[in-house]
Amino acid sequence: MEMLKVQKVAKRRAVGVREQGILGVVASGNLEVLFERVVPGTACEIEIATPMKGYDHIWQAVLQDFIDRCSPGGLRITINDGGARPDTVALRLMQGVAMMEAE
Amino acid sequence: MMQDIATERKSSWLQATARQRVSGFLDKGTFVEFLGPSERVQSPHLSLFDLPRAFDDGVVVGRGKLDGKDVLLAAQEGKFMGGTFGEVSGAKIIGLLRAARDSDGDKEGGVPKTVLLLLDSGGVRLQEANAGELAVSEIMRAIVEARRAGVTVLALVGGTSGAFGGAGLISATCSRIVISEAGRTGVSGPEVIETNKGVEEFDSSNKSLVWSVDGGKNRRLIGGADAFAPDTMDGFRTATLAVLDRVAPPCTLETLQAEHGRLAARQDKLGACSDAVSMWKTLGIAEAEAIRDMEDSDFMRIADQLKEANHDAR
Amino acid sequence: MTLDEILISLFPNSHEIQVSKGGLITGTGKLRDGRAISVIGLGNGESMGTAAALPLAAQVIDVISRGRDTPILVLVDLLGQLMARRDEMIGLNEYLAHLAKCLILASQSGHRTVGLEYGKASAGGFLATALATEIFVALPGAEPAVMDLPSMARVTKLPEEKLKELAKSTPVFAPGVDSMLQMGALAQIWDANKPLDEQLEVTLKNASAKDIRDQLGAERKGRPMAALVAKRVIAAAMGTADDLATA
Repeated sequence: MEMLKVQKVAKRRAVGVREQGILGVVASGNLEVLFERVVPGTACEIEIATPMKGYDHIWQAVLQDFIDRCSPGGLRITINDGGARPDTVALRLMQGVAMMEAE
Repeated sequence: MMQDIATERKSSWLQATARQRVSGFLDKGTFVEFLGPSERVQSPHLSLFDLPRAFDDGVVVGRGKLDGKDVLLAAQEGKFMGGTFGEVSGAKIIGLLRAARDSDGDKEGGVPKTVLLLLDSGGVRLQEANAGELAVSEIMRAIVEARRAGVTVLALVGGTSGAFGGAGLISATCSRIVISEAGRTGVSGPEVIETNKGVEEFDSSNKSLVWSVDGGKNRRLIGGADAFAPDTMDGFRTATLAVLDRVAPPCTLETLQAEHGRLAARQDKLGACSDAVSMWKTLGIAEAEAIRDMEDSDFMRIADQLKEANHDAR
Repeated sequence: MTLDEILISLFPNSHEIQVSKGGLITGTGKLRDGRAISVIGLGNGESMGTAAALPLAAQVIDVISRGRDTPILVLVDLLGQLMARRDEMIGLNEYLAHLAKCLILASQSGHRTVGLEYGKASAGGFLATALATEIFVALPGAEPAVMDLPSMARVTKLPEEKLKELAKSTPVFAPGVDSMLQMGALAQIWDANKPLDEQLEVTLKNASAKDIRDQLGAERKGRPMAALVAKRVIAAAMGTADDLATA
């Protein structure tokens, strides 16, 4: 298994009060994402466990894009990946922030 | 609140994930999860096989309310490794059953004496085969202990993985079984039988054949399930509530003597039938040929009147 | 040891145990202390279908209904569940579960139950027999398995060599008595060179209605998490209750 860890600073904290949430299912072509509002300030932490080797640069690109678009400050995001495509990953991450920011 | 269409009362049970079923089935906002995803109680074995883990190891357990009634609940995720029993996922279910068994009653705030098992499993997880098989055996024992301590344990079957192998045996250990048309129960799946015994024994690509053997309608009619649910959250809610309204079989000597009689009679009466339609004809169902395409409500009316399908011998 | 040799060593005093052509084992044996023990089983490497499960369950029900505390011995040398469309169609899962429930009920009703494997045992047939007893022991040379390695290799799409390699570092999936001992499924491997009647006597003394297999699996390090996870779920179920009580 490949383990990736990314620590970045977002533009702002994700709004809302929801403390945690989970999306998706670990299956072929899919992924499970756990969101926890536990990081101080506007920092965010993303950890990925994936069986696919050699996609580091793609993960980095997808995550950077996500952080720029969605500003997930304050969130620890943990991913169990079942071999999802980059667009599925991006969608799940966006849905997750929307879930954490919802009323 | 973010709207998840998949959890609405009219949404499909079959298409839903385990978490969507829990949300769509229980009274809104009443579910409290035990050992939730953030506790990361995951499989210690899957990394050996370079396989991804799930935060909940593929089963959601906790408590909630069903039309105001306190229940304990376990929901298997059929899409994660086929909903299979691993060391951790099996242990979560065992803990739930033991908690119910040892509960001192259905009082306010106490541990509920009703356990709902939302099964969606092809059986034991092969990568953890021995742990999974043991878990199934421990679950079966815990179900009998719980039932004898006054707990009602229901099996709800309607997911993509059905209830095969150990899950099939577990379902038949429960007080009652609720099943939908898409639900299937069995021991060996059609593909396994075809691989081992040949396509003449079981053509697993023949969907109609598969559902006539393992599917919910057949199980309901021959007495292998106690209630039929339309494939919606509402369907399972209504069917489950109706089952909970009845007194559950207590799993005493009398219960098993009655079950023995029922199973022996079924073997005698139906054992020589070559297919399901001839079994249903033998049961006295005039519309046997029409069962497969029949609407749920018409089907349920027929099933509810059939002697073999309605018993307390489980 | 052949089944006949096993029966003679188990019951040197006497036994009235029959083995049918289809491998069905039924009857009674006499223990060292003169007490009767009810004996059921499936041997000859047969597979368990509906037709085999019923008579074995019938004998267990008979023992319970007589109201004494007659112990029950379940002998296994079987090939798992019968793979037949007809048996599946008439609900094989209910028949196998029925046999398991009868054995569990016997245990709960004061009858000590022992499973003894002397050959093969796997999957559904295993669950309905040996794994449904209070204490499970095996003779050397027994081959308990959930699934044979070649089939497992086919289903998991991993080469058999790879599985054999992985099996060296964990008992969690591989067939065999050593794995089953470590997992807590098997209590003990008997000594084929010592009289079996004495070993049966000791095993019966160690049998009880409490399911301690997950604890055993933890102690023997085969299942590091099962017992603990079950306890944590119980605590969570009761902890929530406490919160409600003080709310």
